[in-house]
Amino acid sequence: MNYDLMLRGTLVTAKKDMMIYYRKAPVYIFGLILPTFLFFAFFVGRDLDMQKYFPGFLAMSLFFTASSVGPLIIPWEKQAGTFERLLSLPLNIPMLILGDSLAGAAFGLFISTIIFAFGSLLVGITAPIGLLILLPFFFIIGNVCFAAMGVLLSSPAGKVPANIMMLAALVRFPLIFISGVFVPLSEMTGAGQVVAYFSPLTYLVDGLNAALGQEAVIGAGWDLLALFLFTIIFLAGASYVLKRKAMKGL
Amino acid sequence: MRELRKTFGKVKAVDGVSFEIEKGEMFGLLGPNGAGKTTTIRMLTGIFDPDSGVIEVDGKDMAKHKLGSKARMGIIPEIGNVYPDLTARQNLELFAQFYGIGKEERKARADRMLGDLGLKDRADDMLRGFSKGMKQRVSIGCAMVHEPDILFLDEPTEGLDVQSRRLIVDKVKELNAKGSTVLLTTHNIEEARRLCQRVCIINKGKVVAIDSPERLRSTFTEVQSVEVSFDRKVGCDLFQEKCVASATEYGDKVRIYTNDPDAVIDYLVRLKHERGLKIVSLQVLGPTLEDVFVKLTEGSR
Repeated sequence: MNYDLMLRGTLVTAKKDMMIYYRKAPVYIFGLILPTFLFFAFFVGRDLDMQKYFPGFLAMSLFFTASSVGPLIIPWEKQAGTFERLLSLPLNIPMLILGDSLAGAAFGLFISTIIFAFGSLLVGITAPIGLLILLPFFFIIGNVCFAAMGVLLSSPAGKVPANIMMLAALVRFPLIFISGVFVPLSEMTGAGQVVAYFSPLTYLVDGLNAALGQEAVIGAGWDLLALFLFTIIFLAGASYVLKRKAMKGL
Repeated sequence: MRELRKTFGKVKAVDGVSFEIEKGEMFGLLGPNGAGKTTTIRMLTGIFDPDSGVIEVDGKDMAKHKLGSKARMGIIPEIGNVYPDLTARQNLELFAQFYGIGKEERKARADRMLGDLGLKDRADDMLRGFSKGMKQRVSIGCAMVHEPDILFLDEPTEGLDVQSRRLIVDKVKELNAKGSTVLLTTHNIEEARRLCQRVCIINKGKVVAIDSPERLRSTFTEVQSVEVSFDRKVGCDLFQEKCVASATEYGDKVRIYTNDPDAVIDYLVRLKHERGLKIVSLQVLGPTLEDVFVKLTEGSR
């Protein structure tokens, strides 16, 4: 195995994505504007305990921003005719997947850090420092996990970015309603709670609740483990699908 | 490469293709549309794997050393597949970085390449405003910026203006002169004849001939022709003699294919007297590489 070549290929792929796709309108529409509207729709103007709902909102914005870059890259490259050339470079499919995921995760990390900074100034953070130390771990694993999910969604894509953005929206919207963002996990009962455990977002919401001193049902350790496992599944799944669908639309 | 095969559904795109390319050679891969050229190139450049067969680069099995082999290659696709949202310089530097060239060196190489390709004054413009020829020049720069040992060109001059075509051909010749091996696929038979030391003609996924252009020409003595130009236009249907295999118009000339040029000349002189024509030019031609190509790929449509 040539680890130097693999690391270089992955990082340059991530750099290329940052140079090109951070400037694309769909990234801002689906990654920033949409969660902002959802925030206004559900949180503003209601007599809610904002400290209680802040971890859920933070998880939701992280989820949307991290997963907004990935769905765009592969179909956009196929449409521009650059994807085939990319495959002829000293790269392989897992390196492409990892590079695309890193680019999505970096975007999510940057935006969610800003949202956290402003949000904590507005809401006020009361969690002890011992718990806050968990926050960077959840930010990193959460962003990589949902960026990988975004890439997985685009891996069977042809060359029409709009089709994949629609599919991504179809997958992401239901997840925010079943993952304890609007209805805390502790208040869910029956089938709703069972379904919630199948959503990776549930573990981020629960983990951020733990890190920000709110009520956590699952526990931070299990949340981190679950997010890690979902990340592996998304990365492996995206590689598997893209290996079979790489030439679709070319 | 040995016994390379690739099937898509029920279609055998490449069916047991084998050939070797010497180090430093300029090698042409010719064939009609759908012959399997692009599929062959895609397998050789690692875009996808063959169903069976072996590709070796310097004796090393590419399947086992894929990344290392790809790092030694450069590919110039038919369409200028470069990033339209980046500038010419950013594209060159990005590709150089994929091949592991350090920061200072890649800046210097990008500068040099932009100068060589006549793009110095557009270096910091986004490619989306470039013409097809300019994009293709950037594409060539991206394929050559790491000075590859092996260069693949897939129809590189298709649809380009004369200046861009010459620039590309000169750049490829320059790299070849420095020792790089070049594999060229083209529909431009004359270009292949001028540039390549050997050509391989494939048809329906199989190799039908492989040799130097001149040797291929010399093996097809039956495809001789007599090219004649009269002082006024005559139609091809005029040439209905037994010694005439077929006749085709080429501008103001008519090319008459035959296996007996002497008989055709006698016939043309007779025709001239009978019809009161005046011969402006008369030439006996051997088979062109295009004739050989057409002969070998007959019935592929």
